[in-house]
Amino acid sequence: MDATVAMATHPASFVRKPDSWLTKLFDYKPFLVFLCMLPTAGLLLVFLTYPLGLGIWLAFTDTTIGQSGSFIGFENFEYLMEDPVFWLSVTNTIFYTAIATAGKFALGLWLALLLNNHIPLKAFLRAIVLLPWIVPTVLSSIAWWWIYSPQFSIVSYVIVDVLHLRDTYINFLGEPWPARWSLIVANIWRGIPFVAITLLAGLQTISPSLYEAALLDGASGWQKFRRITVPLLMPILAVALTLSVLFTFSDFQLVYAITRGGPFNSTHLMATLAFQRAIPGSQLGEGAAIAVSMIPFLIGATILCLYGVGRRKWQQGSDND
Amino acid sequence: MTEATSATEATFAKSTDAPEHLSWDSGLRRTITVYIPLALFVIGLLFPFYWMTITSFKPDHEMYDYKQFNPFWVNSPTLNNIKVLLFETRYPQWLITTMSVAAASTFLSVFSSVLAAYAIERLRFTGAKHVGLAIYLAYMVPPSILFIPLATLIFQFGLFDNPIALVLTYPTFLVPFCTWLLIGYFKSIPYELEECALIDGASRLQILWRITLPLAVPGLISAGIFAFTLSWNEFIYALAFIQSTENKTVPVAILTELVTGDVYQWGALMAGSLLGSVPVAIIYSFFVEYYVSSMTGAVKE
Repeated sequence: MDATVAMATHPASFVRKPDSWLTKLFDYKPFLVFLCMLPTAGLLLVFLTYPLGLGIWLAFTDTTIGQSGSFIGFENFEYLMEDPVFWLSVTNTIFYTAIATAGKFALGLWLALLLNNHIPLKAFLRAIVLLPWIVPTVLSSIAWWWIYSPQFSIVSYVIVDVLHLRDTYINFLGEPWPARWSLIVANIWRGIPFVAITLLAGLQTISPSLYEAALLDGASGWQKFRRITVPLLMPILAVALTLSVLFTFSDFQLVYAITRGGPFNSTHLMATLAFQRAIPGSQLGEGAAIAVSMIPFLIGATILCLYGVGRRKWQQGSDND
Repeated sequence: MTEATSATEATFAKSTDAPEHLSWDSGLRRTITVYIPLALFVIGLLFPFYWMTITSFKPDHEMYDYKQFNPFWVNSPTLNNIKVLLFETRYPQWLITTMSVAAASTFLSVFSSVLAAYAIERLRFTGAKHVGLAIYLAYMVPPSILFIPLATLIFQFGLFDNPIALVLTYPTFLVPFCTWLLIGYFKSIPYELEECALIDGASRLQILWRITLPLAVPGLISAGIFAFTLSWNEFIYALAFIQSTENKTVPVAILTELVTGDVYQWGALMAGSLLGSVPVAIIYSFFVEYYVSSMTGAVKE
């Protein structure tokens, strides 16, 4: 330790030069903090904070592409209140988020528990499992689109021609409910790796001695899972759940790539509807109003996940560091 | 230690069982509870890629005829779909655009994040904790509520249909992530090293450049490849801010340029998806451990 320090700190280059005003300025802490925070603060304030405010303002205007609008109060929201497509997109988003998140966490936790066993080629398996998460979502969604093709679906082929369970090919994306379930399956597929790898990292921090103690006390496998694994996994589960819910709720790519909101607007999520109205439909104000309506849901979901699920740790008052 | 034990066990007892494997836990039971579900998971997670890959090498007559040809295999592989993609579309140009945008936004984000993380974690100014929290909250703002106001902003800046718009907007989700990751890395570097350098008369910037950064190289690699992958995969901004065919990024171009009318060219679409995924998959295969550590690191913090 001492040797490293000596080597790192005594080269000739650190010999103090006569202090110019520039050197003094760079060692003046408030200036240095200002300088270091400048790029990040600049980028985030201009391209994140300001647009967030601008979006809320736009929601109260009748801006269209190429024409800056004027303030029209709650008109956009009043219009949306009576728009059945908007309400359908709200219920779709909630349904999609709830079912997909439940699926992702159930299957992801199962996969994490499987990977936590002593198995050959563990590192390789872990690497493979992450693939759906690494590959661009749009491109894997195109693969799902092809899997869901009405005439050439490989799933239909297996069900109809190999297993003879049905007579006709399934019309995956042509009808509202099959289309919704198809999207949920694709989303779960894409989300499993994130959940599994995050929870696996959590599982690996649980000390094996706890399980040994439980074994000596005669606990069953389920009891060990319920009383040791679940409580100790809660903090990391809460964070993963929050992020997962946020990103599923605001999902855009997958739906846009596979159905574009169709058939007959029945699979629109709030994000795809906002895009639809704002960019191709050029009603920026109305699109912004849809996007802004997502904010209360997002805040609510975050609070619910962080303080609902993560309460145990939060109540103990232990430091997150 | 455990591996050594299991290795000796295996040589003596010729058993492939793991060390904690108890006698009542028979091989059959283990197969049913662990190996079969695991195999199903792997098959399920990989099948879309397999399907994508074999479709891109299938000739048209085979692709649409499951009765005569086994759909799960390619009988007469062809490079035709890939040739169409490379020579009859602007795919090479999309690839170059995507790479330059991803590289530039990654550089910008990692540069800003290093400075911000250093200031928050090491300079410890008043309110540093709150700034850190604000940056974490910024990570939770999804792009789908930002793209409409950002589109108007980009238009005002005169950057519409310009890849620079993407370089400037991608940091909105890259900087918070990288900063958070690097704060974690800087935390793991002993503060004493910096104190010693301070006593020896090094300036703060010298310390950052000569001591902290070299020690944080794994963190920098993690942040860099992660940012690169995220910008490669980004979709909604690239879809909203870029209009002309030649400026599109790969994910957007594959979806919008290869679908012409009602006739989907599945061969070319699959070849495009495959070629668009391969670059990230290659980078990923070189840096798997960094991905895993940055993904779990960011959640643990």
